[in-house]
Amino acid sequence: MTLALLIEWAIKSVVIFLIIVAGFAYLTYFERRVLARIQVRIGPNRAGPWGLLQPVADGIKLIFNEELIPAKADRVLFILAPVITVLPALIILAVVPLGPNLTFFGKEYSLGLASNVNVGVLYILAVASIAVYGIVIAGWASANKYALMGGIRSSAQMVSYELALGLSVIGPILLANSMSIDAIVSDQRGLWYIVLQPVGFLIFFIASIAEVNRSPFDMPEAEQELTAGYHVEYSGMKFALFFMAEYGKMIAVAFIGATLFLGGYQGPFVEVVPWLGPIYLFIKVLFILFLMVWLRATLPRFRYDRLMAFGWKILLPVALINVLVTAVLIVVFGG
Amino acid sequence: MNPLEILRGLWTTLKSAFEPPVTYQYPEIKRPVRERFKGRHELKRYDNGLEKCIGCALCAAACPADAIFVEAAENTDEVRFSPGERYASTYEINMLRCIYCGYCEDACPTEAIVLEQNYEMSFTDRRSAIYPKEMLIVPVPEGGQPTPQKVPPGMFDKSIPIMENPK
Repeated sequence: MTLALLIEWAIKSVVIFLIIVAGFAYLTYFERRVLARIQVRIGPNRAGPWGLLQPVADGIKLIFNEELIPAKADRVLFILAPVITVLPALIILAVVPLGPNLTFFGKEYSLGLASNVNVGVLYILAVASIAVYGIVIAGWASANKYALMGGIRSSAQMVSYELALGLSVIGPILLANSMSIDAIVSDQRGLWYIVLQPVGFLIFFIASIAEVNRSPFDMPEAEQELTAGYHVEYSGMKFALFFMAEYGKMIAVAFIGATLFLGGYQGPFVEVVPWLGPIYLFIKVLFILFLMVWLRATLPRFRYDRLMAFGWKILLPVALINVLVTAVLIVVFGG
Repeated sequence: MNPLEILRGLWTTLKSAFEPPVTYQYPEIKRPVRERFKGRHELKRYDNGLEKCIGCALCAAACPADAIFVEAAENTDEVRFSPGERYASTYEINMLRCIYCGYCEDACPTEAIVLEQNYEMSFTDRRSAIYPKEMLIVPVPEGGQPTPQKVPPGMFDKSIPIMENPK
């Protein structure tokens, strides 16, 4: 391991952190503007040109908020929970290639921290599951029944939908015959997997919305029933961390969805002009994020029992059948 | 949940995203209020500049929030503020207490106090929430004289003008 390699990794890590942190800030802005337009409003447009400084203003406001810890809360876990929740969102992008390999000063660099890891998909699933611990711990450590209910609900929901999520990514793995994300992306050069795996993409999309606790599956933080769910006792930067985790995970699953099903950085002329890769990926991610916001603006929240019934009785069997059919077709037609 | 219905809902929300927004960009663009909107009070004047208010304090009596304070003083023909015997030497409305019900308007025998259309009142302390007469009274109309006026004797003996039924 040389110093140059260390520096390369450090730079890549910082870039990935920045994508999530800056992306989180501007995703809130994007969501508020899109929601406003769908509700025939304008949305934040006061702070800075077109309201572009609104996330900065929100951030400053959150920093100066009072940090309250309830008297009966478990102090250590209470502080630890937002950190546990936000960490997976920050590190999950490590295995996603952001573009084709680039050559600087006669040396080839890959755009991605560890995109050639041969268990990339497994890493994504493993890391994504950690966030549920943070939410459950937050609910328990708050010593508040609403928070506890939110935490319990979210653990049940995430465990149920993780099965379908895991099964939906088996399709791309089977098609690429590899768990490395690099291999999956380069295998989509001709045809995106969404064409071969439309059901798989649909299941992935639904399950990932449930996984990041977004409307219509935002059961853990159902305002009407649970006031705010697991983060009801959190304020200031600790609340901001939960917020960041939710939006960071949104960005992460959008990246993963774009990579596994929409061809990642692949697009026309990407072999000739490699810099187009990240731009294509960005457009695809933005499209998936728009879909999420659009769904939030359209659908009301599911009832809790229907959510569980949908997850176990519809999504899981369909995902299983999808895997079965994909596997059989690959064997019959030789992949 | 029928997937087709979800698609229909998505189409509906997408369509509404292309409608012109209903938002008024408030400080720059103000929506006109209704004609009978009850905003900040104004104390009116007659065309010749005399104040309509005669200091009878019926508005203060009618006020359910006890927001109005009136103190009357005597008019003379040398120093005349309003027709009749008396005028309001002090007229204060506490805008924090006022509930903008308009009962003062109804109680006024001379139609001196009117709730007009200004709703942009702000103050940073309680003291400045009390609007004195100088803030409430409208400017002297064109062709009128400022109060106090010196008038010929016997010209403005009646407190209450002759009013006609609304047409």
